[in-house]
Amino acid sequence: MLWNLPYITVVALTFVGIVTVLLKKNLIKILLGINILESAANLFLVSLGYREGGVAPIFTLAPSELMVLPTPQALTLTSIVIGVATSALVLSFAMVLKKKYGTVDITEIRRLQG
Amino acid sequence: MKKEVVMIISLVIISAFFMVVAMSLTFGSPAMTDMDDYFLRYGQEQTGTNNQCTSVTFDFRGFDTLGESTVLFCAVIGVALMFRRMQGGEEHEDE
Amino acid sequence: MRMSRIVRVAADLVYPAVLIFGLYIVAHGHLTPGGGFQGGAVIATGAALVIVAYSYAEVRKWLSGKVLMGQEVIGLMGFIGVALLALAFGQVFFFNYLNASGSLFGTPVPYGINAGELNTGGFVPLMNFSVGCEVWGGLTLVILYMMSGIQKEAT
Repeated sequence: MLWNLPYITVVALTFVGIVTVLLKKNLIKILLGINILESAANLFLVSLGYREGGVAPIFTLAPSELMVLPTPQALTLTSIVIGVATSALVLSFAMVLKKKYGTVDITEIRRLQG
Repeated sequence: MKKEVVMIISLVIISAFFMVVAMSLTFGSPAMTDMDDYFLRYGQEQTGTNNQCTSVTFDFRGFDTLGESTVLFCAVIGVALMFRRMQGGEEHEDE
Repeated sequence: MRMSRIVRVAADLVYPAVLIFGLYIVAHGHLTPGGGFQGGAVIATGAALVIVAYSYAEVRKWLSGKVLMGQEVIGLMGFIGVALLALAFGQVFFFNYLNASGSLFGTPVPYGINAGELNTGGFVPLMNFSVGCEVWGGLTLVILYMMSGIQKEAT
């Protein structure tokens, strides 16, 4: 079972992330749950491209010519930047909500204005 | 309380299903490597860089990077729209 | 709120080193691990250090929102412009027209392990600079906007 440790970590992180998003009432804690889900997806993408005994796919002074796959690393870079964009937007929503309603408890933010 | 118990039980069942799938993957020998073998073999003469991750990000799969830059730009515009006044100024009250 | 004198002097000394390190990561993106996004994030972290050490009201007098937004727009337009310029050479969109051509970044690279040269890379270093500019301006602008929304607590 230990030879698959990255994939087991991905399942554990996904479980923790989904439980946090569904069961917490504070908006900041829900945002942290979304971040944990994002980290699980990035870890899964990077660990799909590992070759046994490989080094980083860079030809400048490389120790050997057996390299890991470079494509999942490029996709993970895009995913991390999109996670940053999502977190920035949700945090700015939380700040404006706190100013208007006085609280960030999602069970009390129920009035539609306008 | 009943709703949360049902949620956690269903999540445990879904996690068990994920765990069965995760056990059947092999770590260290990827299934199909044809595209990446081509990138590693011909990347240096077709893009001229030593760093194959950068050559995949900016040259072989440049459209993904174009979309990602646009998403980052739109997120910054979204944050700027939420804080429409910086340091003073009166608050806008629509109708 | 301003921090003490020791913190301000330390931030003054550390910020140029962080800036040069971030620009090094951006500029050598085609030889060593790094590139546009990573280097831009490092430089924005250095800007966050200065904003925390000096109070927000003081930094607001030095940095204006319009200059940072202009920097971000120049970065994105530069990225699209470098890719569109390939149409002028008769090729498809996003074709690497500077690779092994003898001009700006055009030294050819043989296959195999070598100590890299800075002059190689085609249009990848130009794109690294554009994306670095965009991420620097964008992340610093997000930090400034969020600092402006902090309310003063009535104590």
